[in-house]
Amino acid sequence: MNSPSLAACLIFSACLFCTGLAGVLLRRNLILILAGIELMLNAANINFVAFWRHHPASDDVAGPVMVLFALAIAAAEAAVGLALVISIFRHYKSTNPETMEDKSS
Amino acid sequence: MTTVFCITALTTLASAVAAMSLRNLVHCVLCLTVSFIGMAMVYLQLSSQFVGFAQVMVYVGAVAILMIFALLMTRGGQELFMREWRPMHWLVGGLVSLALLAVLVGSILQSPVIQNTGPVDKVERVKDLGQSLVYEYLLPLEALALLLTVALIGAALIALPPKQYPIKPQPRENS
Repeated sequence: MNSPSLAACLIFSACLFCTGLAGVLLRRNLILILAGIELMLNAANINFVAFWRHHPASDDVAGPVMVLFALAIAAAEAAVGLALVISIFRHYKSTNPETMEDKSS
Repeated sequence: MTTVFCITALTTLASAVAAMSLRNLVHCVLCLTVSFIGMAMVYLQLSSQFVGFAQVMVYVGAVAILMIFALLMTRGGQELFMREWRPMHWLVGGLVSLALLAVLVGSILQSPVIQNTGPVDKVERVKDLGQSLVYEYLLPLEALALLLTVALIGAALIALPPKQYPIKPQPRENS
C-alpha cells in the first residue's frame, strides 16, 4: 500500500496543532478550549504513528502503544475537564472564561 | 504523497479550522467529529489499523458525544458575548499560531529525518500489540487502569450538584 511520506504527515500534524492552538488562544468558551486541546493531542498522536511507520525496525510496536496510552489519558482528561466545565457553569452561570473573576467570593 | 492522503488531510484540516472558527457551538463540535474521523483515516493509511479503530471508538464514539452533552447542559447554541468582537485579539492569536506553524514547517523541511522512507510493507499486527502491552508495558497498563478508575469517580463527583456532595448516608430500613 502506498503510504504517505513522513514529511507530509509531519506537516499535516503541524497544521492541526496550530489550528488547535489558535482555537485555544482565540475562542472564549471552555468547551471549545477543551476541543482545541484535543486537537493538539491528536496532532501529537499522528506524529507518533508517522515516526513508527517510517522507522526501519519491523517488529517494534512502541508507536501504536504510545498512541493507545495517549488516547486513554485524553479520554480521562476530556471526562474530568467536561465535568469541571459543568461544575463551573453551575457556579458562574457562564462558560466564558473572561467572566469568571466577577463572582469569586 | 498520495491522492487519498491529500483528500483526507485537506478534509481534516478544513473541518478542524471550521470547528475552531464557527459561531454555532453545536456546529463546531460536529465539525470536530469530522476531523476526528479524518485522523482515524490517516492512521489507517499509515497501516496502523488498531489505533485507527480505537480512535473512532474513543473520539467519535465517546469524546464527541461527551462534548455535545456538556454543550447542551451548559446552554449550548450561540456563544455568549460574541458581540464583543475584538480584532486585536484575533490578530495577535492568529499571528502567534501562524508563526508557530512557520517555525514547525521550516524545521521539518530542513530536518534530515524526512529522507527516511522506512520499510514498504510495514503492518501493525494486533497480536504483537497485545503481547507487548501485556509483557513490556504491563506496569503502565495497570497504572492506566487506575487512572481511568480515578478519572471516572472524579468526574462523577465533580459534576454532582453541590447539594448532594458529600453524599449523606441513607438511613437504613428494618435494621
